[in-house]
Amino acid sequence: MSATTEEKTSKKVWLSYIPLVLLALTFILPLLFMLFSSLKPKDQILSDLTTFRAFLPVGDLSLDNYVGVFNRVPVARFFLNSIIVTTTIVVLGLVVNSMAGFAIARLNFRGKKILLGAIIATLIVPFETFAIPMVYLISKLPRIGFYPDGVALDWGWNNSFEVLIIPFIANAFSIFLFTQYYSSIPKELDEAARVDGAGWFKIYWKVVSPLAMPAFATSAILTFLPQWNSYLWPLLVIQQEELRPVQVGLRYFFASGTAEGTPWGQIMAYTSLITIPVIIVFLMFQRAFISSIASSGVKG
Amino acid sequence: MSSSVASAHKSASKSVKQERRAGYLFVLPAAILMIAFIAVPVFMSFGLGFTNARLGSARPAEFVAFDQFVRALTADPTFWAALRNIMIFVFLVVPIQGGLGLVLALLVNQKLRGITAFRVMFFMPVVTSMVVVSMLWKFMYQKDGLINALFGFNVDWLNEPATALPAVVVMSIWQGVGFHMIIWLSGLQTINHDLYEASSLDGANKWEQFKNVTLPGLKPTFVFVLITITIAAFSLFVQIDVMTQGGPSNATTTLVYHIIQMGSARGDVGYASALSLIFFIIVLAFALIQRALTKED
Repeated sequence: MSATTEEKTSKKVWLSYIPLVLLALTFILPLLFMLFSSLKPKDQILSDLTTFRAFLPVGDLSLDNYVGVFNRVPVARFFLNSIIVTTTIVVLGLVVNSMAGFAIARLNFRGKKILLGAIIATLIVPFETFAIPMVYLISKLPRIGFYPDGVALDWGWNNSFEVLIIPFIANAFSIFLFTQYYSSIPKELDEAARVDGAGWFKIYWKVVSPLAMPAFATSAILTFLPQWNSYLWPLLVIQQEELRPVQVGLRYFFASGTAEGTPWGQIMAYTSLITIPVIIVFLMFQRAFISSIASSGVKG
Repeated sequence: MSSSVASAHKSASKSVKQERRAGYLFVLPAAILMIAFIAVPVFMSFGLGFTNARLGSARPAEFVAFDQFVRALTADPTFWAALRNIMIFVFLVVPIQGGLGLVLALLVNQKLRGITAFRVMFFMPVVTSMVVVSMLWKFMYQKDGLINALFGFNVDWLNEPATALPAVVVMSIWQGVGFHMIIWLSGLQTINHDLYEASSLDGANKWEQFKNVTLPGLKPTFVFVLITITIAAFSLFVQIDVMTQGGPSNATTTLVYHIIQMGSARGDVGYASALSLIFFIIVLAFALIQRALTKED
């Protein structure tokens, strides 16, 4: 009797994989199609479409499409720009937002409740609603311009790294996250350190923050992803090719209807190039990624 | 003795003062940045919406009262097309993506070998940028593309007014549903296990358990999922910019796409700000209605 129940359960277990596998194929096959198409010549991409070969690395494989991409677009420059911008935002954001979160969670000062309320309220304001006024604003901001023949005061932040970085350092969600995390660490630590004569910055930096590393990791991940994938803002404020980030670089292929048609092989190569680093980072830190996303929902 | 009390008092108040000063100093950088790059532009959109400000124009902006709003409501058919499209998009994406996300969460919440691998695979499109996903699906939606070849259709998905918007809906859900799966999953895992045991002792079957334990336990998650999908869906832009540029014949133009066209491509900041304000009021109204409807009784 026990044998039959076991058989039944193992059969049932097998059945419960069916929907999972079908869904996994739905999510993974398009990405495999992108990756493997980038390795195939155009005729083969099209002739493979009707069979499962579209999702397999078979046939006449080469890196020709990648060579074509590097000849068409300054890929290295775009990567460098995205790395500079994303890293700076993540690092400065961690400092600025964790300090604000620390103060709101652990220091007494007037107005902090209102401050936290205002910060949370900004979460329901989509960036898109003030993107255009922001473009107008930054076109009027003063800026120190460095020229071969000297330094001068200019107007307008367009076409600079500053414009891609500075507006995105402070982040309402990160501040909220740090506030939550710092609140969960016992306050006695601060008092003990105060008695020992430590200043508040030292307490923040040396005593409490080392205990808040999960919050730092979560904030870093939740900042990195949208910044690497950022598109609308650089599209609006960067006109110079040397400053473009990777996502905007894809526009080089938009109007590329040449005699031989849209170069889909190259497009798939470019999209693979800018996606693979993120996928690798994701697979390396998938546990941290997924728990970061999960924690973003906790606030309810 | 009294002097020592006084000095203790003094040092206490000094420490309070120090703490307050540290508090202000610590929030200062974030506060300045948020005021400069959120509060100021938001208030500017209120101000600029009542002017004829233009990008790169030397002429100072003039106050034009409600002209820009009147123009949107009476003289701009694209605005109405954009409004209609975004409403259709929101009303399709919010329930489908939210519901499908819950189904996925229930599936990957099972205790099965290798379940983490499935979570990772379902989440893969979320880490892929919307720009990349849009380009990939644009390729798959071609008339001689993968979707027609695989399923035996012969439809020019993105160039037919009837299919363009639904095509964008499908790829948007494909990209975003993994995110909400994770949110639902974390909600599922906060539900107390004893509740399931108690209800199974009461002889409840799987469906009754789902209805009486799981769903009520997911209420806070539900509110969060609802509001985040709604705001994200209203902000639809990238897919349109990459896949259709609003076409064919305005069948996929959206409010944000229209705002960006007006404000950036044409430099008509005054009009774009007025449209932004209308957009903001709609999003806010939806968020408030959803909050009110889902408030604890």
